[in-house]
Amino acid sequence: MSDIQDEAAETQHVIGQAEVAAIDATVEGDAVPEVAAEGAGVAVDTKPAWWRRLLASPVIMTFFFLIVTMVIFSVLAPGTFNTVTNIQLLALNVAILTVVSVGTTFVIATAGIDLSIPSGIVLGEVFAVKALSLIQVGSGTAADVPADQTKLWYIIVALAGSLAAGLILGLVNGFTVGYLRIPPMLATLGTLGAGLGIALLMQNGVNIATYALNPVATGQLIPGLDNLILIGLVVVVIGYVGMHKAVFGRHTLAIGSSEEAASRVGLNVERHLLKVYTVGGLASGLGGFLAVAYFSTTSVAGHSTDNLSAITAVALGGTSLFGGVATIIGTLIGVWIPAVLQNGFIIVGVQPYWQMVAVGVVLILAIYADQLRRRARNRR
Amino acid sequence: MCVTVDDATTSDGAGSARRARTPALAARSVVKEFGQVRALRGASFEAMAGEVTALIGDNGAGKSTLVKCMSGVHPPDGGTIEVDGKAVQLSSPIDAERLGIETVYQDLALAPDLDAASNVFLGREIRRFKIIYDQAAMRRQTAKSFADLGVGMVQDLRVPVASFSGGQRQSVAIARAAMWAQHVILLDEPTAALGVIQTAKVLDLIRRVRDRGLAVIFISHNLPQVLEVSDHIEVLRLGARVARFEQGEADVDRLIAAISGAFTNEVAA
Repeated sequence: MSDIQDEAAETQHVIGQAEVAAIDATVEGDAVPEVAAEGAGVAVDTKPAWWRRLLASPVIMTFFFLIVTMVIFSVLAPGTFNTVTNIQLLALNVAILTVVSVGTTFVIATAGIDLSIPSGIVLGEVFAVKALSLIQVGSGTAADVPADQTKLWYIIVALAGSLAAGLILGLVNGFTVGYLRIPPMLATLGTLGAGLGIALLMQNGVNIATYALNPVATGQLIPGLDNLILIGLVVVVIGYVGMHKAVFGRHTLAIGSSEEAASRVGLNVERHLLKVYTVGGLASGLGGFLAVAYFSTTSVAGHSTDNLSAITAVALGGTSLFGGVATIIGTLIGVWIPAVLQNGFIIVGVQPYWQMVAVGVVLILAIYADQLRRRARNRR
Repeated sequence: MCVTVDDATTSDGAGSARRARTPALAARSVVKEFGQVRALRGASFEAMAGEVTALIGDNGAGKSTLVKCMSGVHPPDGGTIEVDGKAVQLSSPIDAERLGIETVYQDLALAPDLDAASNVFLGREIRRFKIIYDQAAMRRQTAKSFADLGVGMVQDLRVPVASFSGGQRQSVAIARAAMWAQHVILLDEPTAALGVIQTAKVLDLIRRVRDRGLAVIFISHNLPQVLEVSDHIEVLRLGARVARFEQGEADVDRLIAAISGAFTNEVAA
């Protein structure tokens, strides 16, 4: 490329970045003439600023889509869709998927993928119930006690069981991806099948019901707010800090952006991948614990597409499947879109199967937008 | 193996004055073999603080291997690496970094999705409460250090470096190395992929880094550029040093003669 073209490309780039550059001219001193030069670029650009901002931020775009959808359903079904009860029900329905998706966001941020989420959830369920059944209560076990006779320590034992299941699965995933260098899609496809198989073996293919964990889901530590929703929010906050404020998240994004760059500055890429997949496994295990608490039974065959739901939510939210770019808030929004569409279609009397069609289309559009954004950014 | 010419000691006047000083980074008779291939056959090299030392040679002469030996990527099979006159063991790039040696690779090695400040501090984040990073402080320090180095072309520290031009990215990589290097910066073909104007800016930056007292080691194929920026030039051929020049002693013809084996001023080892 000749230097004249080079300079032309620089000017073009300046237009794309003009808005951001105008907001914060961060570098003082020598930078000032450059920033001034970019001022010329701003004048050439005729698109309104809000439009560029919308396109530049996947989170805002998805949030905008969610709000529009909710407004449409509110207009079509006033007094049914837009009620506090319905919104609370929606929040309750998405809470478990939110927890799992936050974990998946970290995995996808490394340009990885975790297909083994269903086995994490199911193993989490099975381990929780198995842990409860180790506790002798009267003639039975803690798994048999009704919800109003449960004790805090039963719940803690069950939680420990679920987290142990998630931990084991996550460590296996992380070891195969990080140290054995097996492509994540195949490594977690393997643990998906193997994990589900182990769960079925442990249960002989039969589900077990337990009411002992119900307070975790439907109890209210904060009056008016179901615990399940509270737990979902807490996990989102932890995920947000972990991804966007902590060194852990920064290293996760760096590895997703360029493993080579990360290892050259001395990051231990293998060990970090092990940690990230462990986070994903723990989130699935916790999801399984919450699922038993909410549905009062294990469901060994009931979660087989939860991996796809979680990946959809993460991608809708604006986390890039190519790694390096991730947003926990986006994931929170992404979880809501399929749920709102499903709920809304049922309420306004559209065949709910349309939800699957709509989510599919929105997903492809969201990823196409991500591609466009990347292409525009890597213009040179 | 080593090309010898009888008048090898002719231009040694400057060389002996030079040898009175202790090099910031030196390689002494380094040998490196990859299976049957002897990439370095007793290669020596010296770089002084406050100087730009160019390392030139034909493809396959062993330049990159020598740089990798000095940056800890390849431990040498024989010979020693010395930092400030003391022999050191470099078994990983981290060892080299601890000794104040930073390397800028040909392919940059920046994380494209992170902003400049995050790249500069990647792996060495300023932390609060052990696990949280302090983005504001990192951005402040990066802005200050970029301003000190005159890296004015990086206009915004918040956008991902993927949106920067090649020259801007190279500047970020060099400025990062300059921020962390205590002694030495190794630059492996820093201008290979750049246009004319961007190259000039990067060369300016290299001079400013040198003026801070660091030893700058510079690999390039571009001989006019080498002559323009270097205080000292060392020529590698077939895995060993064949010539050394001080600034003003060499011209393009002489460098080509040294690279191709027609000229040497080095005593055979």
